[in-house]
Amino acid sequence: MSTATMSSELFNKSIAELATLLEARTITSVELTQAVIGRTQAVEERIKAFNSFDTGDALAQAAASDVRRAAGQALGPLDGIPIGIKDVIAVTGQPLTASSKMLANFVSPYDATVTQKLKKAGAVIWGRLNLDEFAMGSSTENSAFHTTRNPYNLDCVPGGSSGGSAAALAAGEAIATLGSDTGGSIRQPAALCGVVGLKPTYGLVSRFGLIAFASSLDQIGPFTRTVEDAAITLQAIAGHDERDSTSFKVEIPDYRAALKTKKGPWRIGIPKEYFGEGLDPEVAAAVEKAISFYEKMGCEIKNVSLPHTEYGVGVYYIIATAECSSNLSRYDGVRYGHRSTDADNIVDLYFKSRAEGFGPEVKRRIILGTYVLSSGYYDAYYLRAQKVRTLIRQDFLNAYKEVDAIITPTTPTPAFKRGAKADPLAMYLCDVYTIGVNLAGLPGISVPCGFSSGGLPIGMQLIGQPFKEADLLAIANAYDSAHDWARRTPNL
Amino acid sequence: MKYEAVIGLEVHVQIKTHSKMFTRVAAGYGQPANTLTDPVVLALPGVLPVMNKAALDAIIKAGLLLGCDIAPVCKWDRKNYFYPDSPKNYQISQFDQPICLNGSVEIELPGAARNIQGEHKKIALTRIHLEEDVGKLNHEAFDSLVDYNRAGTPLMEIVSEPVIKSAEEAYAYLTSLRATMIYGGISDCDMEKGQLRCDANISIRPVGETKLGTKVELKNLNSISYVRDGIAHEIQRQLAVTQAGGTIVQETRDYDGQTGTSQSLRSKEMAHDYRYFPDPDLMPVKVDAAWKARIQGECPELPFVKQTRFQAEYALPYTLTSVLVWDRALAAYFEEAAKLAGPGKAQAVGNWIVNDLQRELGAAKLDLADSKVRPAHIAELVKLIDAGTLLSNAAKEVFIAMFASGEAPAAIVASKGLAAAPIDNAELEGWCREAIAANAKSVAEFKAGKESAINGLKGPIMKASKGKANPKLVDETLRRLLAEA
Amino acid sequence: MAANEDLNIDRIANLARLALTPEEKVKFSAQLADVLTNIEKLKQVDVTGVEPTAHAFPVYNVWADDVAQAGLTVEDALRNAPEKRDNMIVVPKVVE
Repeated sequence: MSTATMSSELFNKSIAELATLLEARTITSVELTQAVIGRTQAVEERIKAFNSFDTGDALAQAAASDVRRAAGQALGPLDGIPIGIKDVIAVTGQPLTASSKMLANFVSPYDATVTQKLKKAGAVIWGRLNLDEFAMGSSTENSAFHTTRNPYNLDCVPGGSSGGSAAALAAGEAIATLGSDTGGSIRQPAALCGVVGLKPTYGLVSRFGLIAFASSLDQIGPFTRTVEDAAITLQAIAGHDERDSTSFKVEIPDYRAALKTKKGPWRIGIPKEYFGEGLDPEVAAAVEKAISFYEKMGCEIKNVSLPHTEYGVGVYYIIATAECSSNLSRYDGVRYGHRSTDADNIVDLYFKSRAEGFGPEVKRRIILGTYVLSSGYYDAYYLRAQKVRTLIRQDFLNAYKEVDAIITPTTPTPAFKRGAKADPLAMYLCDVYTIGVNLAGLPGISVPCGFSSGGLPIGMQLIGQPFKEADLLAIANAYDSAHDWARRTPNL
Repeated sequence: MKYEAVIGLEVHVQIKTHSKMFTRVAAGYGQPANTLTDPVVLALPGVLPVMNKAALDAIIKAGLLLGCDIAPVCKWDRKNYFYPDSPKNYQISQFDQPICLNGSVEIELPGAARNIQGEHKKIALTRIHLEEDVGKLNHEAFDSLVDYNRAGTPLMEIVSEPVIKSAEEAYAYLTSLRATMIYGGISDCDMEKGQLRCDANISIRPVGETKLGTKVELKNLNSISYVRDGIAHEIQRQLAVTQAGGTIVQETRDYDGQTGTSQSLRSKEMAHDYRYFPDPDLMPVKVDAAWKARIQGECPELPFVKQTRFQAEYALPYTLTSVLVWDRALAAYFEEAAKLAGPGKAQAVGNWIVNDLQRELGAAKLDLADSKVRPAHIAELVKLIDAGTLLSNAAKEVFIAMFASGEAPAAIVASKGLAAAPIDNAELEGWCREAIAANAKSVAEFKAGKESAINGLKGPIMKASKGKANPKLVDETLRRLLAEA
Repeated sequence: MAANEDLNIDRIANLARLALTPEEKVKFSAQLADVLTNIEKLKQVDVTGVEPTAHAFPVYNVWADDVAQAGLTVEDALRNAPEKRDNMIVVPKVVE
């Protein structure tokens, strides 16, 4: 049984298709934006993907796009396309909440670099998408505002932390969305919601204006309906930014053109560590089928080993929580954000504002991160984790001596029921296949590769070499363009 | 038992840059509250730091001027603590890999008298690192107000070894350090504006003991004099406690320069756990030989080196060099004037600058840069006096006139008719012969080798000439006649 | 196993400036003990001679020239302030 069908509605089309229709003047951006708004108004009550949206503002942007196009000044394939933004990326004059009570009333006075770039590409900036508070979680259940539903099964989670971005796209509430990925927060919800999710190489996309969770791991990336759309969106947001010291000076190729020019065959590695205990058999079978597809198209399939994989979760939870404990210190109720009305001195103000403003998962991670950095423990935890991180990175770089890309399941299981993982450790272990990519700074993409017998999407992960997104996208596109998994839509 | 003091100083110096340490909004002082901020300064959600190249150049220069080792690689760390003047609640600083290590500050201790050069000594430095300044809290009756204009200003922390022995040495250390920073164009070091701030760690121990005693940190020492007075006061306090049989408690004390008293701020139990870790938002810094060489090329001659050179090159007395060399602009002004005046006139030039020019500038509350009297004026004035055209009282009048108008001395002499009447050589010779004839004792002494005895002959000549005789000519004539006699 | 046994939740919460309820303290202590036990695995890894990774792709000397640019207006700077007066942020009286 599958709940997925094909749809011809505007709001379910790809960027590439819509760009052609806009270019041909078959549709206007206002019509497209109205279709997306209409869809959102129809299904949002069930999906709850958004924290907020501003229809007037979106239509004004769409109208401006139509004026540009009429004047022959269209800006490219994204001009007039409504793109939803995870509520951790700053947009001038719009709320920026991180789905936290702490920032419930915060309005950004500045644009993130990716926001500026999307505006320059003519995109219609559309809505603020829900997430696990401060991007900490794998189910979007940690949002302080509401839980987002999986469009394929409203009782299931959409994944996280970018659950709103994945669910909105799957439900037709946006044409593409942006998310952020620290340990799998783009790829995992993409897999669970049946869409494409790309985490670029660390340093390819500017983090300026992205609310930091773990600075050395965070990266912004797109959710799209096709790999081609991922290429189009990445083209708009990638590139060096002088406001982000960790952004890399690297030449940006034409990603969309690379889908056609790079034809393989490729050498694809299968890491045995990613196919062991805990992997759902249906997920394993779907990924195996994708592997045979590559084999049939002439790719060389090789076994590779990433021997330090089992330490990934531990390394991740030390580094990510340490960095977050410091990054989140600025939320203190002084200059902005939630301030307790119940404090009689400054220290009390900190204690109470933060206790009232943060949810339990954020508190847990701040406590863990503070602990691992505290006097006497730094060497045993943080420094050691950074060293093991080196070994994890070397595992990948060794593997890339023999293969062009690595294929794995994105998640051990399809979407799970809301409330099913109450134990933090169980939730942390959801990220077991995605974490290594962040620790090594590599690009990774989740591509839909089937459905479970329960009708839930399954995703496979392709992991590429640093800054070789063009190759990774070409490899992913070879599969995606020959299958229709990603173009199926949920029955809502 | 005899005790000695051991003092270490932590000095914070703001670097004079156009923009802040990790963002490009303007840095500055005295602007309306919260007008020098941007999203990075305010630590809004999502912002990232980017290093200021000029601040790195400046700290490397400071390090080279103080003879530090410049680390080939250094990095940034986060120092985590909550305080309302710190927008991120962590400060970006350098923990275990500072950019400058070792080095020293040369100091001069007070001499036996004002006109005698004191002993020189080098105070060893531990390190200098770069960090960002915090905002400013204004305390009101019932609450505090935060202004973030200062937040994010580049700040150097200069840490000395605990080798300073007295309040006087601390004073000399700060004076020298401050002059070095100003010379290098690194900072204006105006303590009233918080551009230089000093904390002192003070302990005492029995003479001969090698272990350090319990240290007390003294804060809020907001002028160089307060540093000296505060340290002197703290040493006395510790001696009194110890001699009364008490023990020194490790604590931080606040010194009030107005009343000359201190009080405890907090004790050791509240020690911080800063949870330092490398800042993932910033990349490390690599300083290569070329970079160091470029900065070395921008390093000025430092005051003590200049002082030695002035003494050798211009035969200036300590009383002049000790004033001239501490102000880079004044020293340059002097050198320019001395060169224009020509050989043998440097001391006269120095005297006019240190005495008359400084006095008039002070009275008019003007900076040297605003002075209408330029080095060429001083040189011309000294040459006129030397040539006998101007006598001392008239010269003073010329100086006052040119200070007010900026006119050239010769023009003032001409317009005011201040030129000394030319003295007939025969008349002068006559006066000289009379003086020699009337002062046999001085003549005898002079001939016996007592050089100063010649002065005894000059008085009657000046008297006879009614003060208009050219002293230089008088001296020459007398010597010629005495040689003949 | 030694390190996590002395996770002093009060000390850590104080450093993090987080007020925790007694229930939260009990719950977090137990949950974090689980996580730390999982993390203990890292001690099995031989990291002799391994350099720590702070940045996946480290480069050096990333900076900007010292050219001042316009910042926020006071209005924008204080727009999100919970309490302000005289163009400054109001906080409870700070006594050091």
